[in-house]
Amino acid sequence: MSGLEDLYKEIILDHYRSPRHRGELDSPPAHKTEGFNPLCGDEVLLTFALEDDIIQELLISGQGCSISQASASMMSAAVQGKSVEEVRKLTRQFKAMMSIHEESIGAEDPPSEDDKPFELGDLEALKGVVKFPVRIKCATLSWNTLLTGLDELEV
Amino acid sequence: MSLPSDLKSNFPLLSQTINGHQIVYLDSAASSQKPDVVIETMNHYYRTINANVHRGAYEIAAQATEAMEQARAKLATFIGASSANEIVFTKNATESFNLIARSWGGQNLGPNDVVLISDMEHHANIVPWQILSAEKGFEVRWIPLTPDGHLDLSQLDRLLNGVKMVSVTAMSNVLGTLNPIREIADKAHSVGALMAVDGSQYVPHLPTDVVELGADLLCFTGHKMCGPTGIGVLWGRAELLDAMPPFLGGGEMILDVRRDGFTPNELPHKFEAGTPPIAEIIGLGAAVDFLDSLGMSEVRQHEIDLTNYALRVLNDRYGEEITIHGPSNASERGGVLSIQYRDVHPHDLSQVLDQRGICIRAGHHCAKPLMRELGVGATARASLYVYNDQADIDALAESLAPAGELFAR
Ligand SMILES: Cc1ncc(COP(=O)(O)O)c(C=O)c1O
Repeated sequence: MSGLEDLYKEIILDHYRSPRHRGELDSPPAHKTEGFNPLCGDEVLLTFALEDDIIQELLISGQGCSISQASASMMSAAVQGKSVEEVRKLTRQFKAMMSIHEESIGAEDPPSEDDKPFELGDLEALKGVVKFPVRIKCATLSWNTLLTGLDELEV
Repeated sequence: MSLPSDLKSNFPLLSQTINGHQIVYLDSAASSQKPDVVIETMNHYYRTINANVHRGAYEIAAQATEAMEQARAKLATFIGASSANEIVFTKNATESFNLIARSWGGQNLGPNDVVLISDMEHHANIVPWQILSAEKGFEVRWIPLTPDGHLDLSQLDRLLNGVKMVSVTAMSNVLGTLNPIREIADKAHSVGALMAVDGSQYVPHLPTDVVELGADLLCFTGHKMCGPTGIGVLWGRAELLDAMPPFLGGGEMILDVRRDGFTPNELPHKFEAGTPPIAEIIGLGAAVDFLDSLGMSEVRQHEIDLTNYALRVLNDRYGEEITIHGPSNASERGGVLSIQYRDVHPHDLSQVLDQRGICIRAGHHCAKPLMRELGVGATARASLYVYNDQADIDALAESLAPAGELFAR
């Protein structure tokens, strides 16, 4: 069993205590997507403004544990100003990092051959979550919600 | 009299260490641990008399049948049922509720009818009604809560208008609240409605008498009362069960099958299609013997004492920093403590406690409508049973502060 320090890295606690990009954009014009983790009741609400296939701004609200909140906060910092294609790629890489063996077998959207190796930066701090399998869904909640949002817009 | 102080030694799992700490198991509302005698009884069944029941003429089949029917009789006595034929074995409480909804509800509910449940129900006593209501068009109505976590019965007469079935939990699995089932049942009966009771959290912890409760139907589940998983009970008054159509079809539940139809079996077999979970039934019988040997009044007293101790220790130590949902008086509640400590998320709290070998549950506890009423997404829940002691509460109390240091904002 791993120690708590593998899970609760300082940078994760920092994002949890001072989450970035909190709030809601007016929607419309912004797009709004909600995600739930039925297991623990965590909820995330994303609103984002897309222009020319670029995420101009993305805000996060909702409630959840330190892992889901920190992951959402880190995601919000990572995707601002990025193209949809870049965001999708980042999401694939993040989810690949989060997948334990069983999950990766059934993954619908595996990283493609030409995805470059991780450029996840701060997000790498969440790697320790994999050692606590029940918490993986907390870490991926906001990312899956963002994917749903992009799919809804068919971009 | 009180419970033996070395009760933990009857539960092999509780001698384990987790993450270098002696395990402190505080999640019995989700599932209880099993005493040696239950595990050994099931082993003994498989090692000596394993055979399918009811049809075999040979010795071990007869013994297996006998052991299973003895277990049924023990359960009947345990809850004050007038006959073992009123004990129907199901997979769990959830299946018992689905049986009631499908069988009784399928026959008796239509567009102008109402089923009255409450805001503190487990999903097992919500969703089966909602599924059926989508087909039959009846209304599912909710008894609201008071701010201190009781059912608000002030409007009960009005709420009962048009109601054919009242289905309410005897004890909340989140708040610990003990509900006045007899009072509700009497009112239900006065308007001609039936009273179904969720005994999942009640039967394992308090002396139960279906007649005193005023119930027509009672659902409970074996794994929360020292028994194995995979076995639950539906009790119902014989005339009522007799009038209900079968639920699942197949072997065991028929007297005759012809090309043009079938004749259902008598009670209780009418509702027990297919080979039953024989080992689990016999194991549950052993669990009942075990609880009987402790005495259910002693079990209840032990839990009142320990709940009082927990409320005092946690409130004294943490004061304003802690909220414990539900009634503040242990005589009005069971040993289920949903805790909010500072602004630490339940998931994070349980993760920190796990490092110290302490098992509590974080989540919505299959009671999402209640979570909405409480205005929370989840709670951290510590729940008590016969084997818990003051040292377990002390370990819990010790461990909140470190979680607060890590997470409080
Ligand atoms: C009040 C209540 N009702 C019903 C259930 C369902 O029990 P089971 O999952 O064994 O069917 C539970 C336990 O989870 C419960 O606490």
